[in-house]
Amino acid sequence: MNEITPVRPRIMLENLLKNVEERTGYFGAYGGAFTPEILRTTLDELIVAFDDARRDPSFWEEFRAVMGSYSCRPTPVTHLKNLSDALGGPQIFLKREDLNQTGSHKINNVMGQGLLVARMGKKRVIAETGAGQHGVATATMAARLGLECTIYMGAVDVERQRPNVFWMERLGAKVVAVEDGSATLKDAINQCLRDWAFSMDDTHYVLGTACGPHPFPQIVAWFQQIIGQECREQMMAVTGRLPDRVYCCVGGGSNATGTFLGFLDDAEVELVGMEAGGEGLDTGRHAARLAGNGGTPGVAQGYKTYFLQDEEGQMRHTHSVAAGLDYIGVSPILACLRESGRVRFEAATDNEVLEGFQTLLQREGIIAALESAHAVAGVIREAPRMRRDQTVLATLSGRGDKDIFTIAEALDDPGWRRFLERKAGR
Amino acid sequence: MNLRAYIQDRLGTRKILLMTHVIVGYPSLDVNWRMLEAMERAGVDLVELQMPFSEPIADGPVFAHANQEALKQGLSTEQYFDFMARATRKFGFPHLMMGYYNTVFQLTHRTFCERLSGAGGAGFIVPDLPIEEYHDLAPLSEASSLTPVALFTPTNTDARLAEIGRHGRGFIYGVARRGVTGRRTDLKAGIDALAARYRAATDLPLGLGFGIAGGDDVRQLHGSCEIAIVGSALLERWENGGKAAYSDFLQELQTARY
Repeated sequence: MNEITPVRPRIMLENLLKNVEERTGYFGAYGGAFTPEILRTTLDELIVAFDDARRDPSFWEEFRAVMGSYSCRPTPVTHLKNLSDALGGPQIFLKREDLNQTGSHKINNVMGQGLLVARMGKKRVIAETGAGQHGVATATMAARLGLECTIYMGAVDVERQRPNVFWMERLGAKVVAVEDGSATLKDAINQCLRDWAFSMDDTHYVLGTACGPHPFPQIVAWFQQIIGQECREQMMAVTGRLPDRVYCCVGGGSNATGTFLGFLDDAEVELVGMEAGGEGLDTGRHAARLAGNGGTPGVAQGYKTYFLQDEEGQMRHTHSVAAGLDYIGVSPILACLRESGRVRFEAATDNEVLEGFQTLLQREGIIAALESAHAVAGVIREAPRMRRDQTVLATLSGRGDKDIFTIAEALDDPGWRRFLERKAGR
Repeated sequence: MNLRAYIQDRLGTRKILLMTHVIVGYPSLDVNWRMLEAMERAGVDLVELQMPFSEPIADGPVFAHANQEALKQGLSTEQYFDFMARATRKFGFPHLMMGYYNTVFQLTHRTFCERLSGAGGAGFIVPDLPIEEYHDLAPLSEASSLTPVALFTPTNTDARLAEIGRHGRGFIYGVARRGVTGRRTDLKAGIDALAARYRAATDLPLGLGFGIAGGDDVRQLHGSCEIAIVGSALLERWENGGKAAYSDFLQELQTARY
């Protein structure tokens, strides 16, 4: 299946975009652009460049062509027969975003924004990264398009994702470890906004998820909807009908938004977002903003959404075994879809995630990123209560090679420990 | 209070006014108090009291660190307003709340205006609140006689400056350069042209801040604007030289007004 023609091209997102145009950058009550005035003109220029691009029919084709030749879109949907049989419930399918260039769905948004950078004629890109996936994707794009590149990454994340730091630097990017605040993804975003407030003339900020000030949620969702479009088409082709449920992990929410947009108008398809339950929602050590009652509406980092914050609006420290989900806010598009009841949000704990990771590994031979394993954990938890004639789709947003240190440590793998000791002792 | 009239009045005796800045809770409330005492002795004209926030995106390293440390020591909204109430009772200069919008949003617009006005605050500067989001806050702040201070930045188009100017009250906070707080600004590079652009967009008195780092800078601004705004440079003096260096620096700044 080389040629994917959208069944209903972008109708769902157009509905969301209509809201956007009524009140600057709002999706229901969420979104907006709460930035220092210094960034206003740059954001306005980006809105114009993006609107111009998305109204140009050749732009989407150009984007798809790039994703077909530089990454490997359309990524396949894999039937997880063993897992389906083992759980005794529905037939389970996995959207394989892990097979992309750089190993995750991040490249979709990055190459899309790369095309925008070319249109705008800027020479430098900056990006934040949590797990490092978005940073690596941005660094490859910059290398290929000949752009200067700086990646901001929380110092804590630099420690736990050293392999990705290695690749970013090898790709020619400057990686800056951010020591502020909790030294994680949110602090890297603050640092990008500060850099951009100075460098906007020649620099584009490649925001990695469907968050931040308008027009970023819109732009990121628009590129990531390629996942949902393919999913819908592929599920129709493979099973002859739409899936009963769709599961995605939710950090900032870009793979979830992208996937869900493919099914937004199909009321019979239940959409489930899996957040990071960390050590459990009752421990306070988690990153679940929409599942449970952890998050409350607030304004930070340029936009309004549900944040994990105290009653005075100071952001809390978040926790997840998956660096890419360890974030205070969530896409305003998902906040809106939660409020409308269209998407259900649940949380998977670190332990459930590690179990889900191992189950997928052992039964299907697929190495999931710990972020993506949250979606798998949701399926494993709920599938036994579904009927055999139903179907379920989960998006595997990325592959888990980058997590080898974290996973080997969590599993207390003796061979790996000896290997590390030998290497370190050398 | 009528901030605009206050500014106009003060300009009768000096070429430029001086607005200084304190991050409440950093290094401590006691030190903040001593800072304000030093400001009073130096005859500072206006003071910004910054409410710390965990995600201070408009602030550079010096202030970002100060925000974080103040919160680490447990600075709460309650303590902030208590401190402001004590300060406004004791010191004669007008006090402006400076902070990020989430603090206002969590309190609700109404409570924020009540608390600020109850604490004797003259107005507020909220850099991440665009004028598009003023619609609800503006009538409430007006009813509480609070002055919302709007910001002009060098990247704004002339049309945008004019639009912001229409929303501004009291005075305009003109940002002297790109970037965030704390980095030195080269005032020789086109500051007059920038001030002229700002001036064309408003009838209000104009303040210039970001990177104003000493008496010479303040003198350089004579004739370009009505208020010189000094923040990070002042805090750095305390961090590097303690109270004596801080007071000396305030003295240097205040004499540069004439």
